[in-house]
Parts: sequence; C-alpha cells; structure tokens
Amino acid sequence: MLMILSKVSSLSRWNIDRTLAPLLRMAGMMCAAVLILIVLFLLREAWPLLGNGGWVNLFSDDGWYPLEGLYGLLPMLAVSLAVMLGAIMLAGPVGLGCALFLQFYAPPGLRKSFRLLLSLLAGMPSVVLGLWGLTVLVPIIALWQPPGPSLLAAIAVLTLMIVPTMALAGAAALSAVPADLVSGAAALGMSAKSRLLYVVIPAARHGILSGVLMSMARALGETMVLLMVSGNVVQYPHGLFDPVRALTANIALEMAYATGTHRAGLFASGLFLTLLVLVLAWLAARSVRYD
Amino acid sequence: MTERLFTLAVWMSAALVAVVLVWVIGDLVRLGIPHLSLDFLFAAPRDAGRNGGIGPILVSTVLIIGVTLTAALPLGLMAAVWLAEFTTRGHALGKAIRLSLDVMAGVPSIVFGLFGNAFFSIYLGMGFSILSGGLTLACMILPVFIRTCEVGLAAVTDTWRQGAAALGMTRTAAIWHVLLPAASPAIAAGMVLGIGRATAETAALIFTSGYVDRMPESLWDSGRSLAVHIYDLSMNISGGDTAADAAALVLITLIVLFNMLAQWLSDRWLHRRLVA
Repeated sequence: MLMILSKVSSLSRWNIDRTLAPLLRMAGMMCAAVLILIVLFLLREAWPLLGNGGWVNLFSDDGWYPLEGLYGLLPMLAVSLAVMLGAIMLAGPVGLGCALFLQFYAPPGLRKSFRLLLSLLAGMPSVVLGLWGLTVLVPIIALWQPPGPSLLAAIAVLTLMIVPTMALAGAAALSAVPADLVSGAAALGMSAKSRLLYVVIPAARHGILSGVLMSMARALGETMVLLMVSGNVVQYPHGLFDPVRALTANIALEMAYATGTHRAGLFASGLFLTLLVLVLAWLAARSVRYD
Repeated sequence: MTERLFTLAVWMSAALVAVVLVWVIGDLVRLGIPHLSLDFLFAAPRDAGRNGGIGPILVSTVLIIGVTLTAALPLGLMAAVWLAEFTTRGHALGKAIRLSLDVMAGVPSIVFGLFGNAFFSIYLGMGFSILSGGLTLACMILPVFIRTCEVGLAAVTDTWRQGAAALGMTRTAAIWHVLLPAASPAIAAGMVLGIGRATAETAALIFTSGYVDRMPESLWDSGRSLAVHIYDLSMNISGGDTAADAAALVLITLIVLFNMLAQWLSDRWLHRRLVA
C-alpha cells in the first residue's frame, strides 16, 4: 500500500495523524490478543487433565467414561473423522460438478440463480439443517434401518452443509484457469469432457484441493448437525446405521453439568479439535500458494 | 456417449443440490406456516415453547447481536484501517496480526463457546448473560469482518490517496472522508457476513448466553437466542417440532432481511458521502 506521510496540515492545528496511528495499532493488537486469550484460557481450564503428562490419557484410556475417570477421546475422534471423510467423499464430486456447471455448463440466466441458491444454502444456519435432518431425514432412515439417528444421517446432512463451500471454492479455482489454455485444448480437437477433465481440472487442482481441505475443516468443527442427528452414543463406528457421538457434540452435551477433571477433559478435547482444524486450514492455505 | 454421460453428471449434481434445497425449505414452510402468526412473533412461549410465541426470544436475539456489533464493529474497523493503510507487506506486527486473525477464523464455534464460558462468564463474572454471549460472538466474527474491510480498503485506487494528500488533507481526514466511504460496500458486506454468522450461531451461545426464555430485563440477564430456541425445542421438548419449524422459518427470513438491509444502507451511505 502506498504510504503518504502528511507531516503538517495547513488545515488543522494539531497533528491528528500522529495520534491516530498508535490508536489504530492498538486496536489491531487487541484483536490479536483475543487469540492469545483463547489459547491461554483453553490451556488453563484443561490443565487439571493435561498437566503432569496427563494428556497421554486422552489417547491411552479405554473409552470416555468421565464417572470412572477415563477420558479416552479415540472413539469420538474416530467418529468425527468418519463423518468428515464420508461427507467429503459425497460433497467432493457433487460440489465439483456444481462448480463445473456454474463455470462451463449453466446457461447465463440459470448461472446467476444457481449461484444465489448456493449462497442461500451456504448461509443456512446449521441448527436449521439439523432440525430438518432430525424431523425429516432421521424418520426416513428409521423406516429402513432403525433406530435412525446414525452415522449415515450425520454424513448426509453434513454433505448438504459443505457442498456450497466446495462448489464456490471450486468455481473460483476453475475461473482462474487462463482462457487460452481452454481454447488451446479446443483447437487441438479435444471434446468438452476431455478439455475439462484433462486440462481445466488439473490446472485448477490446487484451488480445488484447497476447497476440499476447507470443507473438511468445516465438517470437523461442526457441532449442531452432529449433536442433533447422530444419536450421541459413545462408541467406535462399526456401521453406517450405528448411533454415534462426535467430539464436538460431546462438548456441547456434557458442558452443562461437567465439573473438575471432567470439565478439563472437555476443554482438552476442544483444544485438540482446534489443533486438527488448524492443520487442515494451514494445508488449505498452503495448497493455494502453490498456484 | 461418454461425452453425454459427463454432461448429464454435471447437470445432475447441480439439479441434486437444487432439489434438496427446495426439499429442505419446502418442508420448513409446509410444517412451519400453520404455526406461524403475528401472535407467534410477539407472545411469550408457553408450555416450554410448544405453544405461545417467540417474543422474548426475538428480543434476546436482537440484544445479543447488538452487543456483538457494538463490540466488533469499531474495533474491527480500526484494526482493518491500520492493516490496510498503515502497514506494508513486510511489516512484522502487521504480519503477526494477520496470521492470528487467520488462525482465529479457523477455530470451531463450539471452542469459542468454551472460551466464552471460561473467560466472559466465569473469569470476568458476567455469568450466563446476553453480554457474555454477545462478546463471545464478537470474538468469533472479528476475523471475517476485518478481512473483508481490509480487502475493500486495499481495493481503493491509490489515485484517491494521492489526490487527498495533494489537497493537504491529513491522513485521518483522507481515511474518514475518502477511503472509508469508498470502501463502504465492502464494510457492509463484512457486516452482513458477521450478522449472518451471529444470527445463525448456536454452539457458541449455549454456554454463554444460556437457555432462559423469559423477557430479558438487562444485558446481564440470560437470554435465549432464536437458534438456541430451535435446538432446545427439537432436542429437549417432545412435541416441540412444529414450533421449531416455525421458529426456523423466522430465523431464515431474518437472515435474508439483514442481508437486504445492510445492502440498502451501504448503497445510501455511499451515495450520500460521494455525491453530495
């Protein structure tokens, strides 16, 4: 950004610029301080469990039984990862299809309204999608394979939630592909399908990958949908129709009454979850930088 | 042949998303409309929310968002102006602040809820209150608001800065009278994103602003937001589903209305500041 330092102004008697800059810098530092506060307070609250090497218990304890002092996160971590992978496997292809539609297939009139539709879906509160999953989707699954609230329901609603993220990121990546690459491929006599599959998508792969990683981060951090449709039974996922409980849902469920070490365990799982999400977000930012 | 199949697959994926969205909204409208009335909007909930309305809940929601904006807008705007106008690319502190904002943008909302509960509710002694809920949401929307404003300011052409300097304006005056009005669409967009997130948020509010569904008497009272109300009705109250559908319909309408309002305001502001 261009810097123009107006030292003295003929219009004002005091140099307001000299006061403004430190004031604004302080605001910036306050914003950054929020992150430090978040990390400090998560650590502080989780310390009763994390301190003295207690963090090992999060991974070595045999399951999550707070009443017996067992705080193993692994079953719920497995569920969080299973839901995330299931949702991205469904939302990835569909989202990419939507991105291709938006960028190459949609007639001009339809393109605008489809984009609007995607942003409407992206702005849909997760509690509303959870409500729909609970009152419409879960009863349908229950008719087929009782009890209904299950890994499958969670994957389905979460897919719906991350498709717009995937589609909009994909469309942005596709639109950044140089037009002469596409026309060059066309001049070589490549069909529309081969152009897209072998030229455009490979050229946009970093942007698309970043969209996938962003969607995964969103899926991993989502709470309400998982809390409402997945059944909330702590166990390893053995099948698509098992009721399960994810890390995020566990925090929301047990915060209301947890005290002492139990509460520390919830803060520790929040800290761990944040770490996972940040790794995904970092990978997403890195993959775009390669373009 | 494969060519046709590919085209079909692309159209099908778009159609699938459109059909499911229509299905979701259709269900909400079909199930929620019978329960919806003017009385529903203003009356207090009765029978744990199965009957009655959402009056106090709407008031709490508006108060929470009011607190959020009061805290986040001035602070965020000031930080954005500093990042866009007073730092260059290699500026160490600027880089550190940008990085921490990016990290904050990735923190899951339930973790903001944990933080808000530990810091605002317990450490600062605000308890379960509209104030602690609103401040928690303010922390949550800061990164996206600052980023949008910063991008908007950076997009203003340098000619305007040079013009302002040539007229002998202080940088402060240039920022207030030229740059901020020019960036106002971006600022409004950031506001819309923030309000949208704050209105839709549930997980961060359950343990900060709480569950109480009475009419709040002050910002220190616990207040139940609309999103939390929907969650509570659908999960904890048997027979609360139709009321939840109606409340969800109101929530979606509110989010769309906020969007339109912010757009209108930004158009007006831009017009007045630049033309008059």
